[in-house]
Amino acid sequence: MYSEKVMDHFMNPRNVGDIPDASGVGEVGNVSCGDIMKIYLLIDDKEVITDIKFKTFGCGSAIASSSIATVMVKGRTVKEALKLTNQEVLEALGGLPAVKIHCSVLAEQALKAAVLDYANKTGKVFEELEGFDPGDDGHHDHDLVQLEF
Amino acid sequence: MKKVYLDYSATTPVKPEVVEAMLPYFTEYYGNASSIYEVGREAKAAMNVAREEVARLIGAKPSEIFFTAGGTESDNWALKSIAQDLKAKGRGNHLITTKIEHHAILHTCEALEKQGFEVTYLEVDHQGMISLEALEEAIRPETILITVMYVNNEIGTMQPVKAIGEIARARGVLFHTDAVQALGNVAIDVDHDRIDLLSMSAHKIYGPKGIGALYVRQGTRITPFIHGGAQENKRRAGTENIPAIVGFGEAARLAGLHLQAHIEKLTALREKLKDGILSAVPEVVYNGHPTERHPGNVNLCFKYVEGEAMILLLDHLGIAASSGSACTSGSLDPSHVLMAIGLSHEYTNGSLRLSVGDFTSEEDVDYVLEKLPAVILRLREMSPLYEAVQGGRA
Repeated sequence: MYSEKVMDHFMNPRNVGDIPDASGVGEVGNVSCGDIMKIYLLIDDKEVITDIKFKTFGCGSAIASSSIATVMVKGRTVKEALKLTNQEVLEALGGLPAVKIHCSVLAEQALKAAVLDYANKTGKVFEELEGFDPGDDGHHDHDLVQLEF
Repeated sequence: MKKVYLDYSATTPVKPEVVEAMLPYFTEYYGNASSIYEVGREAKAAMNVAREEVARLIGAKPSEIFFTAGGTESDNWALKSIAQDLKAKGRGNHLITTKIEHHAILHTCEALEKQGFEVTYLEVDHQGMISLEALEEAIRPETILITVMYVNNEIGTMQPVKAIGEIARARGVLFHTDAVQALGNVAIDVDHDRIDLLSMSAHKIYGPKGIGALYVRQGTRITPFIHGGAQENKRRAGTENIPAIVGFGEAARLAGLHLQAHIEKLTALREKLKDGILSAVPEVVYNGHPTERHPGNVNLCFKYVEGEAMILLLDHLGIAASSGSACTSGSLDPSHVLMAIGLSHEYTNGSLRLSVGDFTSEEDVDYVLEKLPAVILRLREMSPLYEAVQGGRA
C-alpha cells in the first residue's frame, strides 16, 4: 500500500513537535476530512528557515507528507521553501495511493500558511503567496486533485 | 515478533479439523456430485452431510439450505429474487432495511431503487438498535420484504430478531436477515426467531472462503439468481464446490458443538480487552450495545487520533485490527455505521475494531493492553488537536 519511504517517515517522523517562539505558524485541514496539519517555522534575519516542526492529526500518508516536507525545506530560504510543490513531496515519498494525494497538497499548503503567518507578523510580502488562501486547502476537491496527476 | 490477530470479524483462520475434512474431496472424491458413479456419489453424500450440519446450526431442515458462493451472493439472491418476483406478482414494491446494514444489503437495495423499488432505511439509536415502533410504522400495504441484519459487523450490536420476525409475520411480510456475523456466535433458531430467509458465510466460522448459504423457509417461493444446471434443487446452478461445502459443514458442526463454550470464552476476552483499554486510555468511547452484542466484538473511538495511523502502528507491533475511519475506507468517507449511531467526525476518525476469536488467548489480550495505550499516546502527542485541548500553544 505504502512505499518504504512513506513507512519510514510515518514510523520515524522527522521534526515532530512545536516551536515556542515560532516566527510563523500555519494550520490547514479540518476534522471532517480526517487530517489537520500544523507547521511551526523559525526564520532568521536572512530569511533562512533555521528550524521547522510539525504536528499532524491524520493517516500514515498525512504524517509522512508532513515529515518529508519539513526535511525538504529546513535550511532553505523562505523564498526557496515557497517553491515546494506537492508534486515534489509526492516524488520524494516515492508516490502515494491516489486517494491519499491530497495529503501531499496539505503539506505544501501548511508550509505556505506558516509563511503567510510570518509575512503578516513582519509586514513582509512574498509574491509566491499571491492568491493563497489557507482556508482553501484544496482538500475537499479530492477528484480534482487526483486529476492533476 | 509476537503476532496477535484481532480481526475475526473480517475473517477467521480455517480450523485444522476443517482442512482435514476437506482434503479428500480435492484428490480422492473429486467427482461431480451430479454423476451417478462412485466418486460422484461420494461427493454427493458428503454434500448432504454438510447440508445437515449447516441446517442444524440454525434449526432448519436440510432441504431449506442452498449453498452459494458466500454471504454477499446470499444477500443479493434473497433481496433481488424475492423483490422482483413479488413485484411481478403485483404484491408491492417496498422494502424495509436499516442504515447500518453491510454493503451487500445496502448496495443491493440501492440497485433495486434504480429499478423502481422503494426502500425505507430505518434509523438506529446510539447503541445501534432499531426501533420496533418505527418498523411497525414503516410497513405499508405494498411492503414485500423486511431485511435486518442479525449482528452488526462493525459495532457488534444484535437486533431483536425474534420481535422483528413476529412483526413481519403478523403483517404478512417476508423477513430476511443477514446472519453472517451472528452465525456460530449466537444461538440461532429460524423457527423461534420467525426468520424466512437467512444469509450465511463459512469463512466467518473457521471455514473456507468462497462458500456460504441461503436458508429459505419451506413454502417460501424463491426464483433462481444464477441460471444453468439443476444443482441445489434447481435454485442455484453451477457445479458444487464440494471441498468448500464439506469444509462449511465441518465448521458448522464444530460451531454448534462448542457454541456455549465459544460464547463464554469470547465474552470473557472481550470484557477484559474493553475494560483494560477503557481504564488505561482517557477520552475514548465504547460503541455498540453493552450486552446485546457479538461476544467477540470491541469497537472503540479514540479522540485526537486517526484510525489508519493506529492500524499501521499496531501492525508494526504484530497486532492485526481494523478501523472504520475515512482514511481506511478507500473512499474518504467514514463508516456509515458510526455515522448512523450519531458519532461526530472527531470520534469516527479514531475508530478501532478489535474482534477476538477461538484462537485468541489471555496473553494476546495482555499484549494488546500493554502496547495499545502507547500507540494512542504517541499519535496524540503528534496531534495538533490534542495539543489544543492540553492547553498547549495554539
